[in-house]
Amino acid sequence: MSVLNIKKGSSAHSAYDLKDPNSMVIESHTLTILVDNEAGVLARVIGLFSGRGYNIESLTVAEINGEYHQSRITIVTTGTPQVIEQIKAQLGRIIPVHKVHDLTVEGPYVERELAMFKVSGTGDQRVEALRLADIFRANVVDSTLESFVFEMTGKSEKIDAFAELMRPLGLQETARTGVAAMARGA
Amino acid sequence: MERQMSGAKMIIQALKDQDVEVVFGYPGGAVLPIYDEIFLQNDIRHILVRHEQGALHAAEGYARSTGKPGVVLVTSGPGATNAVTGLTDALLDSIPLVVLTGQVPTFMIGNDAFQEADTVGITRPCTKHNWLVKDTNDLAATIHEGFHIATSGRPGPVLIDIPKDVQFADGTYTPPTDMAKNRYNPVVKGDIEKITALAELIERAEKPIFYTGGGVINSGVGASQLLRELTDATGIPITSTLMGLGAYPASGENWLGMLGMHGLYEANMAMHGSDLIICVGARFDDRITGRVEDFAPDANIVHIDIDPSSINKIIPADLAIIGDVGHVLEDLLKVWKSRGRKTNKPALKKWWGQIDEWKARKCLAYTQKGKIIKPQYALERLQALTQDMDRYITTEVGQHQMWAAQYLKFDEPNRLMTSGGLGTMGYGTPSSMGVQMAHPDSLVINIAGEGSWLMNMQEMGTAMQYRLRTKQFILNNERLGMVRQWQELLHNERYSETWQEALPDFVKLADAFGCKGIRVSDPDDLDDAIKDMLAYDGPVIFDCLVEKHENCFPMIPSGAPHNEMLMGDANTQDAIGDSGAVLV
Ligand SMILES: Cc1ncc(C[n+]2csc(CCOP(=O)(O)OP(=O)(O)O)c2C)c(N)n1
Ligand SMILES: [Mg+2]
Repeated sequence: MSVLNIKKGSSAHSAYDLKDPNSMVIESHTLTILVDNEAGVLARVIGLFSGRGYNIESLTVAEINGEYHQSRITIVTTGTPQVIEQIKAQLGRIIPVHKVHDLTVEGPYVERELAMFKVSGTGDQRVEALRLADIFRANVVDSTLESFVFEMTGKSEKIDAFAELMRPLGLQETARTGVAAMARGA
Repeated sequence: MERQMSGAKMIIQALKDQDVEVVFGYPGGAVLPIYDEIFLQNDIRHILVRHEQGALHAAEGYARSTGKPGVVLVTSGPGATNAVTGLTDALLDSIPLVVLTGQVPTFMIGNDAFQEADTVGITRPCTKHNWLVKDTNDLAATIHEGFHIATSGRPGPVLIDIPKDVQFADGTYTPPTDMAKNRYNPVVKGDIEKITALAELIERAEKPIFYTGGGVINSGVGASQLLRELTDATGIPITSTLMGLGAYPASGENWLGMLGMHGLYEANMAMHGSDLIICVGARFDDRITGRVEDFAPDANIVHIDIDPSSINKIIPADLAIIGDVGHVLEDLLKVWKSRGRKTNKPALKKWWGQIDEWKARKCLAYTQKGKIIKPQYALERLQALTQDMDRYITTEVGQHQMWAAQYLKFDEPNRLMTSGGLGTMGYGTPSSMGVQMAHPDSLVINIAGEGSWLMNMQEMGTAMQYRLRTKQFILNNERLGMVRQWQELLHNERYSETWQEALPDFVKLADAFGCKGIRVSDPDDLDDAIKDMLAYDGPVIFDCLVEKHENCFPMIPSGAPHNEMLMGDANTQDAIGDSGAVLV
């Protein structure tokens, strides 16, 4: 006989304390991480996010200093303030990680993404696509009689907006790099 | 010194330079060159285990009982995958291990070669750091960095994967003294302003409590000394996690016993009622906090930890001090003394009055009557008959583990080795071998359940080979008791698969291994049987048949707060089915 009188659906039926994961506000943060560019370093960072259940909205990485073999990773992530703090602390525990910056809290910063769009069509549609590309300052980097490849850099929202406009005009293919970001000022 | 040498020789040289005395391992194709070098020298002792998991736990036992890193050597593929449980165990309990694995030659990596496994990939999430060494010239430096990382900051296991061609090839040895400045240097000194703020809180607090953990023990014997001094000087009550038992002596005046899911009533009630919780080297694990929303509703939380990621992970800290426990406690004592050694004496007196009322509940009471041994009684007798001995305890995982934590008394740090974070059944037997290796003349007892014990019992072969006199004290309830308890309390007594039929005859098993077997089932014979066990100069398998349906109390059911403990009622507990648990 159970002497606990636990209500059905109560977390006490579990060996764990199951709580509502959606109980707090979710924020988006842009983090930059300076790492030693050694084998497996990206796997460590990504494995941390997947293993601990954190979100990755966008991730970019490339070596930025060949002499010291250092790479810079930019991650856009979401979570409650407590989770964001944990993400930064957990990143700090990875041995090849040198610095973690949270641009979202450290002050104003610029954020850019590069995207390419293949749009195919003829006649009015094609003219309209070109006109909009001009407004958005997207460059034509390839063209045939039936298609363009546009290239643009900007904030992710601007790229989202352009993609939305291209959809009815024959958008075939999209490639995006994810966000690179940097603090403003000296 | 000649610096040109083969990779295999380099490994031995690096281990010597790191003052390694013993390596726990198991050979195979991918580590043959290293085993050849082991054969050719006498400085480092190799202990041949019977299963690689055993090597890891033995190394953990060695590490925890000495404060030194444990070293393991295993082969590629299955050797490495067998190491995964031990690595995860060491990661969760912050135990320093350096694990060397063989790997197929570099030119065969990625070909699904014989006994190839992506060892660094598999072990990345269960090590503090790991490496695949592709060039013999990097090998020595990598091993030295491995020791540094395993033992500094929050300790943990590291793994170095070494392809066979790297072992054969010649290269230049880097001695530890030639190491470039290390890239890993965690902060050890705490912020003095925050430490002063803590001293102020201590002066004012009306219901303070120290909540301490494995971090105190990891910080070294000095940290335990400082903790004792501070606790005794301030008169603040102290509780500890399973991992921290012994840092403050169980015989000490301010000791409340272990806290948490199977912690003592007075310890959990004091946590719940406290106005200042000083967490020292513990991490608010879910077995400790109970329902997080109701955790210590009126307390200011101070958290001292060397790992910044432990802060605010589960319980937000009002004051966080990042640093090594020993350094922080030293500064705290200095500051608190220099400010005049003040505490809120009248309030503390009242607080102790309240705590004494909680203690009066005698939450560990049980009745031993009739002809069946209660597991609690067996442990109390073991405690009584060994308390003055130079004693180390390891445990397996289950009810017996919690009873060991409740009924055995630990007066010194590094005396209890138990799998806390991972809860690894099969930990205790090999761990006891590692402890006995480090302390050949001491008494080492593994408190086991029969279920757990079967998981790594092959290590009795190791015990016999190296004359490791460990005592395997099995509280045999013929049940996977801890799971059975949950089924009784939460699943309406549907005992799904928690009864192992056809258990071996443990005495005959002892005979087969060539050690001594003792069976006892009558409480009246217990003392003599224990004395026999202690007197025997060799390994003993002690089969103690105990009450099959005993439950482990007190207990905070998961999802309940600290002040809603279930208590064992000594008077009604014999009535099977209604285990006498009452909601407090
Ligand atoms: C490797 C592993 N498998 C499963 C479990 C789940 N588990 C926890 S305690 C327990 C029962 C242990 O039985 P026994 O060793 O006989 O100890 P008792 O609880 O009876 O004292 C089990 C199955 C575990 N902790 N570890
Ligand atoms: Mg059992």
